[in-house]
Amino acid sequence: MGALSENKKAALLSILILVVGCLIWEMSIPAQKAAGELTEYELLTGGGQPKAGVPPPSQVIGKAWEQLSDPFYDAGPNDKGIGIQIGYSIYRVLTGYFLAALIAIPLGFLIGMSAVAYKALNPFIQVLRPISPLAWMPLALFIIQDSEASAIFVIFICSIWPMLINTAFGVAGVREDWVNVARTHELGALRTAFTVILPAAAPTIVTGMRISIGIAWLVIVAAEMLVGGTGIGYYVWNEWNNLDLTSVIFSILMIGVVGMLLDSMFSLLQRAVAYAE
Amino acid sequence: MATSFLSIEQLTQRYPDGKGGDFTVFENASFGVEKGEFVCILGHSGCGKSTIMNILAGLAEPTSGVVKMDGMAVSGPSLDRGVVFQNYSLLPWLSALRNVTFGVAARFPDWSKKQVVAHSTAFLAKVGLTGDAIHRKPSQLSGGMRQRVSIARAFANEPKLLLLDEPFGALDALTRGTIQDELIKVWSGTDQTVFMITHDIDEAILLADRILLMTNGPMARVAESVEITIPRPRNRTTIVEHPNYYAIRNHLVQFLGQRSADGSSTPPSEGMHRPTTVRIDKADASEPEDPEPAPLLRAVEG
Repeated sequence: MGALSENKKAALLSILILVVGCLIWEMSIPAQKAAGELTEYELLTGGGQPKAGVPPPSQVIGKAWEQLSDPFYDAGPNDKGIGIQIGYSIYRVLTGYFLAALIAIPLGFLIGMSAVAYKALNPFIQVLRPISPLAWMPLALFIIQDSEASAIFVIFICSIWPMLINTAFGVAGVREDWVNVARTHELGALRTAFTVILPAAAPTIVTGMRISIGIAWLVIVAAEMLVGGTGIGYYVWNEWNNLDLTSVIFSILMIGVVGMLLDSMFSLLQRAVAYAE
Repeated sequence: MATSFLSIEQLTQRYPDGKGGDFTVFENASFGVEKGEFVCILGHSGCGKSTIMNILAGLAEPTSGVVKMDGMAVSGPSLDRGVVFQNYSLLPWLSALRNVTFGVAARFPDWSKKQVVAHSTAFLAKVGLTGDAIHRKPSQLSGGMRQRVSIARAFANEPKLLLLDEPFGALDALTRGTIQDELIKVWSGTDQTVFMITHDIDEAILLADRILLMTNGPMARVAESVEITIPRPRNRTTIVEHPNYYAIRNHLVQFLGQRSADGSSTPPSEGMHRPTTVRIDKADASEPEDPEPAPLLRAVEG
């Protein structure tokens, strides 16, 4: 065992925890008695019917296999494959998110470069930032009159703040010396912004983007439960209404996996722009 | 003096002192620097050396007075005036080479990429950086190597005036010696004018043609201009044997230890304040001034 690397040891331990966890979960779910073992009274009170209960992991795995082997089937409004549902969610998240980035990053640049702009906009940011994104939903639905666009708006409004604040913070914190280097090289405002300030602030900006995508993915589930129709959030709620807990657990896991993938994409980006002083 | 390549005329810097009044760092400082000259400025902390440097670089504005270079008043930073900052100021996300090409590309926008790289590589080689090292990021280089990159960046731009703000302040004595030699090697191949701040008397004597001495702030003045009458090329090990070396050194030590504090309390009289020129040459018998001996190893506060 001493020959194994740290990573291998950790991987083995992870698998062990998973297996033991699933076994405990499997065993802690009471098996349903066969109809033959029931008393007449139990049969009369419906004890023979299949009971709704938390499913064991074996069932969840079976469900996952079934869903993932055909993720894109479309059998009507209430029966779409998990791939389609997740696709809708990702589409909404990315649309709202990139619209937010398009506004937050240039605006953050401006705020970070100008002390006056920072002080003027700060009260608005401080009031708007703590508002739960779902609180915007009724207003968005009324004004936009379209549930799809409202969901995108909610993503937009929740992902704009971390990007805006981090960009402003990163830009304002660029070392004076580096700006002086740009000045002594007679770089224009635009070239200074792109060749000095942007790379200098990039790690902070990408951190803000990473926080935003995480929040956006958290919020989309709740938003889709409200607006309905399509998406992974709607799917979870729909399966709850169907009392199909196996699907609920499976989709919860899928939300986690997709969130992890989104986050790791930004972690790669973060590594690409990082620098050591 | 009006014909000096670089002419500093009646420069005054005041800051509000927070009590409604003004705090004068220096007043009516005037001096000239000739083309191709290597000038060091010595003085205690707080006398405004760095402020003068920032004004020369165009990074700061004086309260009053003008700086003229080649007869033109300086306003704002320019590629004609290169700066080597004490803390290197390399861009940490660029490799050593890219830090130099960054400047060269700004200086010579018409050059092809290949030309820029060749020029930059040549200047890095002049300060002893070759091979793999030039592709490393500043964080992977030692302090001495970083300062070499910074010097190469400034020289590669071929500015008319090079401003060095305590470039060796953060380096250990051995590295400092090597880079001083490299600096002189790069400089002597050009007709560049160098203006350097330092705290180190021996460094100033080794490098400079002339040393400007500043009195203590507030109300600092550029009091003296001491010529270094030791012929080049100078060598750190043999320079001490030159008869003028200790005479000059003693004069400087005495000024910084004692006379820099005198007279700073009396406000300077009106008009231009040219520094008194001091020439100490033992070989020249007509030299009347023989400074009284001062303790040789007197520490000069940094």
